[in-house]
Amino acid sequence: MKIYLDYNATTPVREEVLELMFDIYRGDSANPSSIHFFGRQARQFVDEARERVASSIGAEPSEIVFTGGGTEADNMAIQGTAYALREKGDHIITQATEHHAVLHTCQFLEKEGFKVTYLPVNREGLVDPSELEKAIGPGTILITIMTANNETGVIQPIEEIGEIARRHKVVFHTDAIQGLGKIPFSVKDLKIDLATFSAHKVYGPKGVGVLFVRKGTRLWPLSYGGHHEGGKRPGTENVAGIAGFGLACELAVQDIKESALRLSMLRDRLCNEIAGSISGVKLNGSRLLRLPNTLNLSFKFIEGEGILLGLELAGIASASGSACTSGTLAPSHVLSAMGVPAALAQGSIRFSLGRENTKEDIDYTAQALIPIIQRLRALSPFSEEDKGDV
Amino acid sequence: MSVEALYSEKVMDHFTNPRNVGKMEDPDGVGTVGNPVCGDVMKLYIKVKDDRIDDAKFQTFGCGAAIATSSMVTELVKGRTLEEAVGLSNKEVADALDGLPPIKMHCSLLAEDALKAAIEDYRKKQ
Repeated sequence: MKIYLDYNATTPVREEVLELMFDIYRGDSANPSSIHFFGRQARQFVDEARERVASSIGAEPSEIVFTGGGTEADNMAIQGTAYALREKGDHIITQATEHHAVLHTCQFLEKEGFKVTYLPVNREGLVDPSELEKAIGPGTILITIMTANNETGVIQPIEEIGEIARRHKVVFHTDAIQGLGKIPFSVKDLKIDLATFSAHKVYGPKGVGVLFVRKGTRLWPLSYGGHHEGGKRPGTENVAGIAGFGLACELAVQDIKESALRLSMLRDRLCNEIAGSISGVKLNGSRLLRLPNTLNLSFKFIEGEGILLGLELAGIASASGSACTSGTLAPSHVLSAMGVPAALAQGSIRFSLGRENTKEDIDYTAQALIPIIQRLRALSPFSEEDKGDV
Repeated sequence: MSVEALYSEKVMDHFTNPRNVGKMEDPDGVGTVGNPVCGDVMKLYIKVKDDRIDDAKFQTFGCGAAIATSSMVTELVKGRTLEEAVGLSNKEVADALDGLPPIKMHCSLLAEDALKAAIEDYRKKQ
């Protein structure tokens, strides 16, 4: 038995998407810039994908820029805005639990002379919009706040933040990678200037992303070399990958209501079964303002990698916020920013559910987890009796 | 297609069936090293008889490698003289487990430190 509960890391490519991509590669996969018949056909695939993504998020096709992935799109949005608006100001506002694609880009810009405010989050993982508004100054050129967090699933108040940004005439970017296909998202309803999306989180291929750039938003390109994607992202288009994203995006948004309901029921079932049979379990992140598929739990007195290993031996794939799995000595920056004590952050596990998960998967996982936790706790020097230690 | 294992079979064996687990009643020496903030805490207990380690037990908060190295170090030191036990290196622990991934070598260092701390604790009490 193999159960995949790591859909926030990546998703398998949908069959329909694979077929479309195979067809394109098997056919005459030409350069969309060529004016001959083959080239025009390739152009059509790219144009169609652009329309599909645009209509999925309420944008105009001309506002969709295809990129080589989500990280690149985040970089384009943040660096591109910073350099384009440098004469206007040098201040950027972000927050502590952003993905490293945002945080590391902001840190790079600090070295380039920009000033960055990293807003704190509360225990639920949420930024306070009024704190954000207070942080805006005359030199503020960009606000970048994620739609939903990859580790905890916590959904930020981007509607309110958009209103604030617009009122102060500051460009607003949101990394919406984890939100797409999981929660309703339309740039028509939101005062967003830039938004990042990634194909492989919505059952599309890896290495394809989108940056939504609202008409009139100034942006410097990160690279040079052609007219492609309106000059914002030069380079011959990844035709099959882009077409795959177009279809995957359309499909993900199409059945969003049913899938969100189904996944949230499964997710809550998993949470209830675990919390019902194991003591010392804590939910990380807001219970309500959370993606329907994400469950981040901390288990007292034990460390996450041991839990992951135990789950792997039972055929279950999941993720942890422990330092051991991140390749650093510090536990998850997301949980730390939420004030989760280090030892509890080390003992965190993220279950992220997706299309292929069934009730049986969930029941099996909860049952498999019980002896794993018991066994690791029996090994631990910490326990309820001497809780002063942790 | 076979996927490269995260850990050696020996590490997985000691992770799933750790030896000498638990708190020791009336130990002659105890060594606690590490910090939960960094992800690993090892507590090593020893019983000493005629200058030899007669028994060793452990309790560990940590990853798979930390648990396996704790288990292995208790196996390795039983029956050794204190002099021999103090000389036990982290490399010996790692080698006995058929190696550790490079980023996990610190776990074997922790095991070495826990043992040294337990022996020091014993000597202080004498």
